[in-house]
Amino acid sequence: MNKAIHMSLPDATTPTDPSANIVSVRGITKFYGSDVHALEDVNLDFPTGQMTTLLGPSGCGKTTLLKIIAGLLETTSGEVMVKGKAVTSPGPERAFVFQDFALLPWATVTRNVAFGLELTGVPLKEREAKAKSYIDKVGLSGFEDKYPHELSGGVRQRVGLARALAVDADVLLMDEPFSAVDEQNRRKFQEDLLHLLSVENKTVIFVTHSIEEAVYVSDQIVLLSPRPGRIHSIIRPELDRSSSPDDIRRDKVYLDTVEEIWGNIREYLD
Amino acid sequence: MTTTTSPGVVSAESSEGTAGLKLSGLQLRLISIVGFFLAWEISGHVPISPAFPTFSGTMMAMFEMIFDGSLFLAYFETLKPLLLGVGISAFFGVTIGVSMGLNKKSRWLWEPIFVVLQASPVAALIPLITYAYGIGITAKTVAVIILASPIIVLNTYKAVGNASPVLVQMSRAFQGTRMQEIWKVIIPNAAPVIFAGLRLGVAAGFIGVILAELLITPTGIGDIISYNRSIAKYPHMYAAVLSIIVFSAVMVGMLEKAEVKYFRPEKKRGQ
Repeated sequence: MNKAIHMSLPDATTPTDPSANIVSVRGITKFYGSDVHALEDVNLDFPTGQMTTLLGPSGCGKTTLLKIIAGLLETTSGEVMVKGKAVTSPGPERAFVFQDFALLPWATVTRNVAFGLELTGVPLKEREAKAKSYIDKVGLSGFEDKYPHELSGGVRQRVGLARALAVDADVLLMDEPFSAVDEQNRRKFQEDLLHLLSVENKTVIFVTHSIEEAVYVSDQIVLLSPRPGRIHSIIRPELDRSSSPDDIRRDKVYLDTVEEIWGNIREYLD
Repeated sequence: MTTTTSPGVVSAESSEGTAGLKLSGLQLRLISIVGFFLAWEISGHVPISPAFPTFSGTMMAMFEMIFDGSLFLAYFETLKPLLLGVGISAFFGVTIGVSMGLNKKSRWLWEPIFVVLQASPVAALIPLITYAYGIGITAKTVAVIILASPIIVLNTYKAVGNASPVLVQMSRAFQGTRMQEIWKVIIPNAAPVIFAGLRLGVAAGFIGVILAELLITPTGIGDIISYNRSIAKYPHMYAAVLSIIVFSAVMVGMLEKAEVKYFRPEKKRGQ
């Protein structure tokens, strides 16, 4: 059957196989202060080596969930398991790509890419060599000595991506990485990202509010309901990734999945 | 240039545009300075007041004081308390300001003192300083510190307190320690505002030292100003005033150069 497969919601009591799911969250609830209820009892598994997208309307807590997984925000209750261990702070197995890039304005592209390595004490020569190799991989050759203000949004985000790849984490956490990138560069970037990830073998958790983007890049889409954020449904688009990017965007499964998700999200907007 | 290969780089066209602007900016600045001196010269000839010398007369008096060495001797006297006071204010001011920006208790401890100091008419305190410290270099140094430190402390505190939360979060996400976060992210991020405070602090220090020389003990540049006023040698008095303004402006400009060189290398190319 040529249709997106729906999965049942994961049950909090089912034991998870740590080798299949590199990241799991159990019973995550988050309040900001006493009145803002951002997330309610979220249980999710993130399969190793796959790309999972957190999708939902503004204010559904998708960035909050991502930052909790990153260890940048504390939960009100519930826990995050990475490789079978509970974590509460950032760690070497996770790297973050920020929505607004978060580059040091006073540092060159090379130093920015190497900054994660600089913080963990990697010697200068070694980290610059490593930065250089990722600068080449994300297509930034020739930009090594530029400063962020000399670059466009799309190029800046490539720096952010290279920085996250350079620390060699197993899990990439991406917070609406393309929202500040213009449409043309965004498409190119999505294609480059998919290609890069097929080589690098990373698990990616990706936050976006773009349905098309989610369907195009994801193995698994988690649709969240508005505040307090709960899991509405989990969708696995069965796309033939071997065909060309343009063919995928014209594929019936792709278009149907986009429509179906739109139908679900629409309920919340009325 | 990499304009053909790179969509992200600011193109050659726009960088030429800024170069063109820079040139006319320089011309405008020259016009502004020359215009000011010209207006001064003309109004000196009108004359506005017998106590208002012409620009050329003032410059003659300045050269006279430069060649007989009296201006240098005066600066030697003035610079001692000034540099001492500005140095102390800069070091402790930035240290206290950074600690206030990072730590709530430090903020509670220091904020009232410096806010009150900044708001108070400090010239009125100078007679009190004379009571406490006499008329020597200590009193003058204290006058400089009282004027220079509040603005340095408060600027530093605000700059550090408003450090970019995104960059701080980035540092944490890549496992930066609190110390790394402070030294590699917060302080460089705050550097432009800290330096703006230092420049204002140096300018305030000049006010402090001149006030002290006029009100406490007639020495240095303050002495040249008050002595020449008392014997009605107005060109000499104006020359001393003009020299201190130029000197102060040059010092503030040098501070700006140091900032760009050591803390914000990206500004060298960006503007």
